[in-house]
Amino acid sequence: MDNLRELYQEVILDHNKNKRNYRKIENPDSFAHGVNPLCGDQIDVYLNLRDGVVEDVSFDGQGCAICTSSASMMTVALKGKTEADAHALFESFHHALTDDEVHPEDVPLGKLKVLTGVKEFPVRVKCATLAWHTFDAALKKVQDDISTE
Amino acid sequence: MNNVAQYDVESIRNDFPILGKKIHGNPLVYLDNAASSQHPVQVINAIKELYESGYSNIHRGVHQLSQDATKAYENGRASVRGFVNADCMHEIIFTSGTTESINLVAQSYARPLLKKGDEVLITHMEHHSNIVPWQIVCEQTGAELRVVPISGRGELEMDRFAALLSERTKMVAVGHVSNALGTVNPIKEIIDQAHALNVPVLVDGAQAVPHIPVDVQALDCDFYAFSGHKLYGPTGIGVLYGKEKFLSKMPPYKGGGDMILSVSFEKTEYNALPYKFEAGTPNIAGAIGLGAAIEYIQSIGLGAIAAHEHGLLEYATSKLRDIEGLRVIGEADQKAGLISFVLDQVHPHDIGTMLDMEGVAIRTGHHCAQPVMEHFKVPATARASFGMYNTFGEIDVLAEALNKTIGMFA
Repeated sequence: MDNLRELYQEVILDHNKNKRNYRKIENPDSFAHGVNPLCGDQIDVYLNLRDGVVEDVSFDGQGCAICTSSASMMTVALKGKTEADAHALFESFHHALTDDEVHPEDVPLGKLKVLTGVKEFPVRVKCATLAWHTFDAALKKVQDDISTE
Repeated sequence: MNNVAQYDVESIRNDFPILGKKIHGNPLVYLDNAASSQHPVQVINAIKELYESGYSNIHRGVHQLSQDATKAYENGRASVRGFVNADCMHEIIFTSGTTESINLVAQSYARPLLKKGDEVLITHMEHHSNIVPWQIVCEQTGAELRVVPISGRGELEMDRFAALLSERTKMVAVGHVSNALGTVNPIKEIIDQAHALNVPVLVDGAQAVPHIPVDVQALDCDFYAFSGHKLYGPTGIGVLYGKEKFLSKMPPYKGGGDMILSVSFEKTEYNALPYKFEAGTPNIAGAIGLGAAIEYIQSIGLGAIAAHEHGLLEYATSKLRDIEGLRVIGEADQKAGLISFVLDQVHPHDIGTMLDMEGVAIRTGHHCAQPVMEHFKVPATARASFGMYNTFGEIDVLAEALNKTIGMFA
């Protein structure tokens, strides 16, 4: 049961029940659709940038508590970050969850740290990273658009 | 009820070593039998004995071991023949599993026959393995795939089946028992209606054979496919039953050793049934293990097992329906072996993780039946599926673990 409490911390259960930024943005600067084909979780991430800063980011879709709360916490963490900082946070988060050599405590994740309990449940890591991969895809899209213009 | 009372589940459990295992400190409650079932010592020992003292390649050696192994392999086939009451041994083809059995029929029977304007008829509740092989063959031939719809209760709409069946239909492929819903389909009725129009029928029996006595001659089905690993046997072994009149005319599905009589670069003469369809060194241990599994099932009696499992299903259904916010997915009149459900507040994957910590193994996800999920407008379900060794007490553990889960997420 201790492991479970570590996985489903109050903050996570709260974000699952009261999702932040759970809405569609009309005509966003960028958008990406993320799917976990193994379990059917689907997340859409919408992104607006202004002067290289994440002005607004939101999500909708369906997923488990880990997937949903990770997406919700992600939107909160990303708002106001520069593109570079946002991408770096994705890298850190991904690194902390997927690299066996890395102790999550050593990665500066702020409030996102509560999600690192998922590391004890290897099959659920993908749930926590889906929204982040989707966000990074949306960010890349807008950057590619800019570079080809 | 007498059958159920006399059913000695504890002595059956003692035959399955893995059931003594603890998961996260709790006794294992294995309710994922529809994905794969566990193995009695009789099956484990049959495979162990083969490798320790009876193993060799089959059908080709003159030496003693090869003859012994060949005999044991063919005894496996004899067990399967008896189990489904096929007319003769050579109508039993060993494959790697249900998936390969269906692909064999799609490619070897249907592909040479189908042309543009023809139709293959399947149902909305099929497992992906009884959808995709037909999509592939339709793409190859220009034939069209038609789908019989299902009702809100999870039953086939038989009037729609009758309407979709026509002179364009060249093949009907239908699951005997749905892996996602537990629905037992009226396959006798389906076969009779299809035969009235001379349409052959393949039955996907993967979820049926562990729970329902099957007599392929009484059903008069043309092909019947199932797997060993859902039948308390090993993985990597499956069966295709086919009527001789079809199998004898079908070209080989795979080329290689053991499926030929003679090979020259000008012409190869194919071997007789069933070897024509068993190219290469087959899964010898798998066939022997499957034979042992069938003998084990017969020693208990599939009728007694079915009665016990029916009791479990009824108990689980009433117990789970009492849980607030739980919705059973699939409420057909005739069900076997499993119960699919969702909770209002908790995603199936979270249910799966929570239950796992209590030692309860269930399956969560789309169960390789995404069209079924889409029909019921759920992304996934949680599924508890029963086997001969499950107990009423284990259902209580499941219900309690679900209540705990709801408490955590409420």
